[in-house]
Amino acid sequence: MAELTYRDAVARGIAQEMTRDPDVVFLGEDIGKAGGVFKATVGLYEQFGPLRVRDTPISEQAILGAAMGAAMTGLKPIAEIMFSDFFAVCFDYIANEFAKSRYMSNGQVKCPLVVRTGNGGGARFGAQHSQSVENWCMMIPGLKVVAPSSPRDVIGLLAAAVRDPDPVIFLEHKSLYATKGEVPDGEIVDTLGTATIVRPGKDATILALALMVPRALAAADKLKTEHGIDCEIVDVRSLVPLDTQTILGSVARTHRLFTVEENPRLCGWGAELVSIVADEAFYDLDGPPVRITTPHIPLPAADILEDIALPSVDRIAERVRRSLSA
Amino acid sequence: MAKVEDRALASTASLNDDIGEKTRLRMYRMQVEIREAEQRAYDLFLQNLVKGTSHLSLGQEAVAAGFAAAMKPGDLSFCTYRGHAHTLARGVAIEKVLGELMQRDNGLMRGKGGSMHLTSTDHGVMGSYAIIGAHLPIACGAAWRAQYKGQKDVSVCFFGDGTTNIGAFHEALNFAAVWKLPVVFVCENNLYMEYTPIGDVTAVPHPAADRAASYGLPRIVVDGNDADIVYRTAMAAYEKARAGGGPSLIECLTYRYSGHSRADPAKYRPEGELEKWKERDPIKIYRERLKQFGIGEDAIVGIETDVKRRVDEATEKCKAAPPPALEILTTDVYADGGFAWRN
Repeated sequence: MAELTYRDAVARGIAQEMTRDPDVVFLGEDIGKAGGVFKATVGLYEQFGPLRVRDTPISEQAILGAAMGAAMTGLKPIAEIMFSDFFAVCFDYIANEFAKSRYMSNGQVKCPLVVRTGNGGGARFGAQHSQSVENWCMMIPGLKVVAPSSPRDVIGLLAAAVRDPDPVIFLEHKSLYATKGEVPDGEIVDTLGTATIVRPGKDATILALALMVPRALAAADKLKTEHGIDCEIVDVRSLVPLDTQTILGSVARTHRLFTVEENPRLCGWGAELVSIVADEAFYDLDGPPVRITTPHIPLPAADILEDIALPSVDRIAERVRRSLSA
Repeated sequence: MAKVEDRALASTASLNDDIGEKTRLRMYRMQVEIREAEQRAYDLFLQNLVKGTSHLSLGQEAVAAGFAAAMKPGDLSFCTYRGHAHTLARGVAIEKVLGELMQRDNGLMRGKGGSMHLTSTDHGVMGSYAIIGAHLPIACGAAWRAQYKGQKDVSVCFFGDGTTNIGAFHEALNFAAVWKLPVVFVCENNLYMEYTPIGDVTAVPHPAADRAASYGLPRIVVDGNDADIVYRTAMAAYEKARAGGGPSLIECLTYRYSGHSRADPAKYRPEGELEKWKERDPIKIYRERLKQFGIGEDAIVGIETDVKRRVDEATEKCKAAPPPALEILTTDVYADGGFAWRN
């Protein structure tokens, strides 16, 4: 067991998989010699060499297209798109190409690849470098979508993504890179499609993803200390496949449902989960499900504005307290 | 705009026999097969038996035949929505292609892809891509795999003149050149992007070849209606790729006899243009070429008769084939064979 940053966990996860399988290759902008703009891939170029860790031009379409062509013909590429906002310039590959080729070809074409990207806000980068785009990806049949919240999950879910036969969008949260967590020694391999109850509780279920997980946990501590409200926090981790059983099971115990979503409100993943719970567990609920989200706005750059846009510990705690006392 | 006179840049076919009778007969058969199958697809469309859309390669057969004939087994083709010709040229059965166009269960992808997405990985046809430019980077990735694994196959990527104005074209060309990838980019310049003359929307006369210098590549323009010229050009590019010499960008001048798609009667073409190009019809040129090499009329007619019979047989099989089974609606979304997204 060692304490590791989320950032270092990325490099360790990639190294674990590249060591295991020579067909795993890695490409992206500034990922090699420079070690990544977030320093999440430091040391990989030195360890695995320029044939397996390849710096690319600023050509997001070429990066994802090349990853797809390599995956179709036998490699297991990991492609980095520096900021998830840049998915918008290569979305053809995400939405039209590697997501659909297996289906359109009646199973002939296989695209076992991983797209890693820096997702989410909190860094004061403004509207084009801060978005949470998980819902852009979740809506596309053929993709899997995961978003780890801890260093241990970074390694385990990255390993699962690399070993998965389908294309996986792997959303790393930029504001978590510096956070630390305990990580076991040796190989770590997790399972896609599994949510984790990171804090058991009896009064309310709070679903959260990525940066919203530590915020929900802090809000739960506050609610317990200040109001005696005992919240269960579920780290959704994997949007596709979605572990609805863990979520429905939690709601069946707590009878209340909250989602904490960093994405702007419309069509966020929480809406899908609320609809599932409403369909399948309506009579388990003692009150209306509540979504806590970023408003329907582009993200501002200024810190005081960004801080009131993203769900904060105080906003989460206050919204839960208000609902439960209503 | 690419003018017919520019074909003077290409040399006329040499009579020296580096190609040989066997390959020539094969290329003739391919061209006749593409012509007959495409014409049949058009006829079936008029009978409402080909649904959706279709983009025919009538008039462009020599490009498909020349590049395919020069390939080795294991070489990979990446096509556009105008990909019936390239799919047939790799040896995919006519029935499979027409079946897919007719959305029958015997189609290449059982009707799940349709005319614009013909794919047969067993034949090296790694897909037909309907978003302009998308497959150029994908071909780069396949070539990267070959380079990384030390495999000697070449990835060959076909596209139209209109593709040269989209970003993915330029990203892929630079990427392939920087990484020295074994990929061959083939621009079929048929003079029209869709409905608009390519010259009206492009800053240089030769939409592909005049961009080659930007990526450190030689400027190559050839007569795309002469299968011998196409074949020799392809052989040189494949050899360069296999030897580690990196990518090639080849512009083949040709002409599309039909409209962009089935919905387009091509009324925008100047009067007489189509007729002028038909004088240099690739199949007519090649029929004469075979005769120059002493191949008898009987052998030529034999190929033509055989191909027509095969197209007829394939048509009848497709007409008799059932529509796709409804249960395939949800298969092969994910690798487990299904579409489950939750537990």
